[in-house]
Amino acid sequence: MPIKRKPNLSATIALLPTWFVAVVVFIGTMAWSIRLSFTNSTLFPSSTYVGFAQYSKLFSSAKWLASLQNVLIFGVLYVAGCLLLGFLLAAALDRKIRFESAFRTIFLYPYAMSFVVTGLIWQWMLNPTLGIQASVRSLGWESFVLDWVVNRDMAIYALVLAGVWQGAGLVMVIALAGMRGIEGEQWKAARIDGIPVWRIYVSIVLPQLGPALAAAGMLLAMGVIKTYDIVVAMTNGGPGNATEVPAKFIMDNLFGRQNLGLATAGATVLVLGVIIAVAPFRYAMHMRDRAKGAA
Amino acid sequence: MAGRHPNGPKPAQITAGRIGLYAFLVVAALFFLLPLYTMVVTSLKSMDEIRLGQIFALPARLDLSAWTTAWSGACMGTVCVGIRSGFWNSVAITLPAVALSVFTGAVNGYALSLWRPRGANLLFGLLMAGGLIPYQIFLYPMVRAMANIDLYNSLAGIILVHVIFGLPLVTLLFRNYFVSVPEELCKAARVDGAGFWRIFFEIMLPIAVPMVVVVSMLQFTGIWNDFLLGLVFAGRDNLPMTVQLNNIVNTTMGERTYNVNMAATILTAIVPLAIYFLSGRWFVRGIAAGAVKG
Repeated sequence: MPIKRKPNLSATIALLPTWFVAVVVFIGTMAWSIRLSFTNSTLFPSSTYVGFAQYSKLFSSAKWLASLQNVLIFGVLYVAGCLLLGFLLAAALDRKIRFESAFRTIFLYPYAMSFVVTGLIWQWMLNPTLGIQASVRSLGWESFVLDWVVNRDMAIYALVLAGVWQGAGLVMVIALAGMRGIEGEQWKAARIDGIPVWRIYVSIVLPQLGPALAAAGMLLAMGVIKTYDIVVAMTNGGPGNATEVPAKFIMDNLFGRQNLGLATAGATVLVLGVIIAVAPFRYAMHMRDRAKGAA
Repeated sequence: MAGRHPNGPKPAQITAGRIGLYAFLVVAALFFLLPLYTMVVTSLKSMDEIRLGQIFALPARLDLSAWTTAWSGACMGTVCVGIRSGFWNSVAITLPAVALSVFTGAVNGYALSLWRPRGANLLFGLLMAGGLIPYQIFLYPMVRAMANIDLYNSLAGIILVHVIFGLPLVTLLFRNYFVSVPEELCKAARVDGAGFWRIFFEIMLPIAVPMVVVVSMLQFTGIWNDFLLGLVFAGRDNLPMTVQLNNIVNTTMGERTYNVNMAATILTAIVPLAIYFLSGRWFVRGIAAGAVKG
């Protein structure tokens, strides 16, 4: 039974700045932005209410639609790529490998670096005139093509490549920690039954890593919606609209094009997107906790 | 011979499977190392050598001039002072922002988990929701509000912004840490007459040192690597290194000086990399703590 306590004054006062941030900064500014999205604000905020006009303008903008499509492609491939590569690396390192900590260090170091740095490194590697393409061609393979950053159809995959390079180590660390927590008894039993190692990883280890991998996936997915730096550093949205993303669209209209109404409408859509993505997950957790409480 | 170890791990036999495993790991390691290698060799080459298009070749002659240019002479637009100023800006932003946010996070976590004043759960829920929502929705009103209190484009302003946006994560980590501290410890101290702050400074903060280290590292790398907030809130005189780096690389007129760009890139990455290499175990712990419970 929870103990009834007297509300403690010091504790309440200590939390006041945080209350201020939560209510005024988070909720207040969000409400302000949402309000602006229903006005015809351009450079300065206006109070002329225009209903959903900014939203219809937004969804008739080719650039916005392209950016939604791009972030979807990038997000799915980036999260899936990180999860897959990270899991494979963890499983390999879990096999009593020599130099394990050296390998672990190598796989994780990109995660310590910023997206700007990551974007610039890969821009350099994928530069068609001086990068990998030129190097391979000079070895004699004249028709070799790796021009992703300047190729309209491939630029988004260049971002995925750089993103996976940066983020796979995170999944590896989380998965490896999870694997080390699995009891040796299960391994022994499975080995006695003669189940091949890969099968043990797929059927016994993977399901137990579910929650940890889901958390890692969530973390990566939250980053996807915020994707901005890596695009600015690597392709700046180009070629054409090939790598435009919503976060960049919003920033451009907010500070570059002075199109407040449109930018805040875009931001509101992003927030709705997050709520729609997170709500079922939170609801499932809530129901699970309730079920646990009832049992 | 140093003697036998009958209890040591059984040496793995060399099988096709083991060879495949090592092959996979080595190929993966090459993939992860290649960009770093390329950056380093490019930064040590002259532009003449770079134009040959041999991105993986070792430099014929070590040329350190790109490094000095990157540090003190590279141009951002029309200003050519190198990335040096950005480095010191990043230091000036990151250190106070980390100290402040870790302290606030520790107090929050302690108050929320061990005191649970009225509305604690609501506050925690609001913070977590705030942490999930994309920054873009907060930016414009925050710019206006910061301008109104004369903090926009100032060092204090960008520090405050980092503390604010760091609150959800640091609070979450400290709250989860303090939840596992036995409540009796707190109760016993209260019976002895210690108040909220005394218990915090004399009992809880010392207990939480491992978490303080972890959170500091997470916040340090996070704030050092930030681009968006620095771009929007720091102002021209306080731009962090990441923003200056992008300006150097992506707005130079004429021929791109790839060697300078790569040296500047390494300089920008070197602080978080040093943290990672010097305290890998803590770094990993921080990621695991931040990720699994997030």
